[in-house]
Amino acid sequence: MSVFWSLVQRDLLLALRRRTEVLTGLFFMVIVASLFPLAIGPEMDFLRRMAPGILWIGALLSSLLSLPRLFEADYLDGTLEQLVLLPSNLALNVGAKMTSHWLLSGLPLVVLAPLLGLQFDLSADLALSLMLTLLMGTPILTSLGAIGAALTLGVRGGSVLLSLLVLPLMTPVLVFGAGALEAQMGGLGIQAHLSLLLAMMLASVALSPLACAMAVRLSLE
Amino acid sequence: MLTAHQLAAKKGRVTLFENIDFELHPGQWLFLSGANGSGKTTLLRILCGLGQPERGQVLWRNAPTQIDSTPLRREMMYVGHALGLKEELSALENLRFHAQLIQSVFEMTKTQDVLASLGLRGRENLPLRVLSQGQKRRVALAKLLLYPLPLWILDEPFVALDAQGLEVLVRGIQAHLAQQGLLVYTSHQRVEIDAPGLEVSLSP
Repeated sequence: MSVFWSLVQRDLLLALRRRTEVLTGLFFMVIVASLFPLAIGPEMDFLRRMAPGILWIGALLSSLLSLPRLFEADYLDGTLEQLVLLPSNLALNVGAKMTSHWLLSGLPLVVLAPLLGLQFDLSADLALSLMLTLLMGTPILTSLGAIGAALTLGVRGGSVLLSLLVLPLMTPVLVFGAGALEAQMGGLGIQAHLSLLLAMMLASVALSPLACAMAVRLSLE
Repeated sequence: MLTAHQLAAKKGRVTLFENIDFELHPGQWLFLSGANGSGKTTLLRILCGLGQPERGQVLWRNAPTQIDSTPLRREMMYVGHALGLKEELSALENLRFHAQLIQSVFEMTKTQDVLASLGLRGRENLPLRVLSQGQKRRVALAKLLLYPLPLWILDEPFVALDAQGLEVLVRGIQAHLAQQGLLVYTSHQRVEIDAPGLEVSLSP
């Protein structure tokens, strides 16, 4: 476990040293969420109805944007090779990389989303639900995306291929995440949506490091 | 003891090498020679478990190694073309994280001494990206010297090193072999190592 935290710590330190890379994804989310109200116009009802979809699409695209970064630097400077050659469990080590990636690209979205929701006149209840769905959804996006990122390592035009690979897998997250908020607006409970999201999160967080470790080994061969 | 048995590798449809047999005992070095593209790096990667041979087997301490062989990985250190160092971190930080990842103890004074002996005094805290290619290579060598593991697998270790760096490395290698270590390396430079060893030549 100490290896796990050392890896997380190293990745966070590295992110601190090259902040722009981390901020790109967040700025993207801010820009997307701010442009819509400007372009659509100040009709409150309309904006309120659009909010869940737009904020969730923003979050999904922003995490897609940061995915290629997950293994690329390590692949290029040889640290990924060294990671594979460590005596400790590779799936756990890859899990550490996914954890730090989520801390840098997923968690900030969760915190940022309610602020961006203000532009859509999102009520406090809905903002809270938005945070909750993102808190469960972003780990799914990271862990599914990590498999794609590992598979497309070293491939030319890898980021386009990566989007094609993982977008179909990510759409259910979008459907249930945005769907939860729609349901709440319609006066229904969000319990069902949240349960499904939580189930998807647990399954993907538990299983994807194994698939990801295999993919990393494959792309290094 | 590291043994290769009837190793063969292919790249696409081209056979890079076949029937590679050797037996490397503690205290010996193995020099892989061959022209560019003859498969030296491929063979090294197969030995350390990053690649799989087309045919044949690698044995470490008489047990066959698989693609993720823990006994081998616990006792082996590989330095490839890419050095496995982070450009944004300083030499000291790189070495500290390395120690943590292999679950070893990081000793500050010892690390500083080794870095100084490699001619990096005063550069310990600079991010690696401002160092020269040869200096980065010296930081990678510090990993070998600080955390000695029985088997060293080095891909072109002498590249980019100046005369003084070369001397430090050769001395380190000789000390390693004297302590019953094993070394497998490739190089286009002939370097005299004062220890018993063997040469395997890969011809296309």
